[in-house]
Amino acid sequence: MRITRTGGGHGRRTATLATTVLTASALLLTGCSSDDDSDSSDANGNITLKVADFGQFGYKEAGLFAKYHELHPNITVQEETTANEQDYYPKLLQQLNTGSGLADVTGIEVGRIKEVVDTQSGKFADLSKTINVNDWVSWKEKQATAKDGTVIGAGTDIGPMSLCYRKDLFEKAGLPSDREAVAKAVAGGWEDYLKLGEQYKKKAPSGTYFMDSASAMYNAVVSSSSQQYYDADGKPVYKDSQSVQQGWNLAAEAAGKKLSQGLPQFTDAWNAALRKGTVATVACPAWMAGQISINSGDSFKGKWDISRAPGSTAANWGGSFLAVPKSGKHVKEATELVKWLTAPEQQAAVFKAIGVFPSNKGAYELADVKNAKLPYFSDAPIGQIYAEEAKSIPEAVLGAKDGVIKDTISNQINNMEKRGTKPADAWKSATESIDKALG
Amino acid sequence: MATTTPARGAYTPPPGGTGAASNGRGTWRSRLWRFDDKASPYAYIAPFFLIFGAFGLYPLLYTGWIALHRVEMTSLDQSQWVGWDNFAKILQDSEFWTAVTNTFVIGVISTVPQLLVALGLAHLLNYKLRASTFWRTVILTPYATSVATAALVFALVFRADGGILNWVLHFFGAGNTDWGNGEWTSKIAISVIIIWRWTGYNALIYLAAMQAVPTDLYEAASIDGASRWQQFRKVTIPSLRPTILFTIVISTIGSMQLFGEPLLLQGGTLGSIGGSEHQYETLSIYLFNYGWKLGHLGPAAAVAWAMLVLLLLIALINWIVGRFMRKSAA
Repeated sequence: MRITRTGGGHGRRTATLATTVLTASALLLTGCSSDDDSDSSDANGNITLKVADFGQFGYKEAGLFAKYHELHPNITVQEETTANEQDYYPKLLQQLNTGSGLADVTGIEVGRIKEVVDTQSGKFADLSKTINVNDWVSWKEKQATAKDGTVIGAGTDIGPMSLCYRKDLFEKAGLPSDREAVAKAVAGGWEDYLKLGEQYKKKAPSGTYFMDSASAMYNAVVSSSSQQYYDADGKPVYKDSQSVQQGWNLAAEAAGKKLSQGLPQFTDAWNAALRKGTVATVACPAWMAGQISINSGDSFKGKWDISRAPGSTAANWGGSFLAVPKSGKHVKEATELVKWLTAPEQQAAVFKAIGVFPSNKGAYELADVKNAKLPYFSDAPIGQIYAEEAKSIPEAVLGAKDGVIKDTISNQINNMEKRGTKPADAWKSATESIDKALG
Repeated sequence: MATTTPARGAYTPPPGGTGAASNGRGTWRSRLWRFDDKASPYAYIAPFFLIFGAFGLYPLLYTGWIALHRVEMTSLDQSQWVGWDNFAKILQDSEFWTAVTNTFVIGVISTVPQLLVALGLAHLLNYKLRASTFWRTVILTPYATSVATAALVFALVFRADGGILNWVLHFFGAGNTDWGNGEWTSKIAISVIIIWRWTGYNALIYLAAMQAVPTDLYEAASIDGASRWQQFRKVTIPSLRPTILFTIVISTIGSMQLFGEPLLLQGGTLGSIGGSEHQYETLSIYLFNYGWKLGHLGPAAAVAWAMLVLLLLIALINWIVGRFMRKSAA
């Protein structure tokens, strides 16, 4: 490579070049991308249905797509999974806006369903004729119903709450370790849970913490209430919401007393803590059990157990829907697929495979659910625990920005735990960020 | 560049043509010639301007239009005129100013060491070396890796829990640093990624410029008894001045758009807000979060324009400094 130096004009040329480059780069910021539409059917009537989802829906693990292909030899199902829902959702909105790149079936998380119902319902097929909404737990399908009565999503799972805890650590710390005894110790609610934490801390095995993250406890508290971040008219009321205040105060207390390791959930550090076995309890929506067993690994098998949530509160944390965009080429086939995937038998199969709990009531009567025990968690009778709880979960009022509000508050709780931010300052930052998000 | 285009305006009829017939055809052809002469250049340069218009100017103006409207991610087809509200919103947002500060701080602590090291490396490579092509290729390899790869690997290095750096540090009695969580440690970590990636590139540019410095200058200097260090300071550096200015401009633009490294240092939710207390949030991250995570495209577009204005300001300062330097050199 040889570059010959130029003479006096260089400075000006540099300036011109700089201007060009910066213009070009400013423009790059506004660039966008689109997926190409591959042809999804051939001459023999064989079609490929694309299912876009995030995290872990469990269909692959339960072998359901292969089974569907056996039942319908002309249909092949392809799954496109985005690991993080936070990356998945903006992409979905973009695809809905441009009308290109959409899958035939798309997953939608409960934290987003309200926004999708309010702003995008016209872009999804109405499932009210295909599925019987009364098959689901009463509030689940209401969340996916638009004002005009169209149902845009079929419920997949729900997240009834329990408490996952390490039996061996509890024993070492001199706490009761039997699941009934633990449930009794925290029967008074989350305040009791913190008291148990203080007891644990006194004799805690070195290097271990009572809980993984106070934000998880906060979320558990909020999700047990019908009023969370919005009121029934769709106005954000998180500042005055009682459940938010209660959850926040409890989290601040846990942070102040250093009962928590202060790890944001689902981060590398959190995974590592589970692998090393440094946390004694995790607030445990049904799907969390799968996360714990994957991350903790074989060495902790049988050392975990599951008891009822503190105060036996019925709460729902998480859960998703499957929706069919209208613009797809195979809306009819996709609708059939959604109906089949969310039917009791299939939901039970997914529950058996990865432990996410069915939202279809019919599944609760099936042996796979009713008698389900988790070997990893010392054979905890999770089917019984959750099915009972699912009946009494309150109908939560959802809001458009629930997801962002939850994440922002969780992050500030983590600042209290990890950086020692004062609760008042953390709350102020949280409200500033949230107000920006509500915009 | 001194090239001359043949003047075709004066049409001379081909030899052998006779009389009135060729005369009428002649004026027509003459006009065609003249038209060709006037229009063709535009056709030649048209592709650039068409592409620039479609992918450069149009998005720029459209971004400006969005910046003056309320446009939501959930309903891109609807927009509502809000005037300068979006700009007011971001300028009153303390997070914006945090992002501006972070961008400049990271820019400085990554650019300055980077260019100094590059200068040193280039100087070393300028000596007669065995396998010099090999070394020159080697220092360019970091530049050939993608931002994402580099950032993800360095994220493992800087991890609080089981990161390589902390593991090394624990032999010296340290090693409990949560790099991504700290106000300064996170910025240093990001700077290290940038320095690693760009030093070789800048070194090669300096090297190319150094090789263009006439050798008789060095010979004269050594006859005068100048040491190596004096030669470097008194001959190499002044000759490299325009090149140094160029690399500063390019690095400044690069650091202004810093995105991948901070996004991926901790990743996930934390990455998209630039750390739990925005300790390493850059302007691009702020823009991304506002537009894509919060779904408000108006303020995000306003941020894009604010970045453009900041860059123009920097370019202006650079230009003034450059002029001043040339004047004082003369």
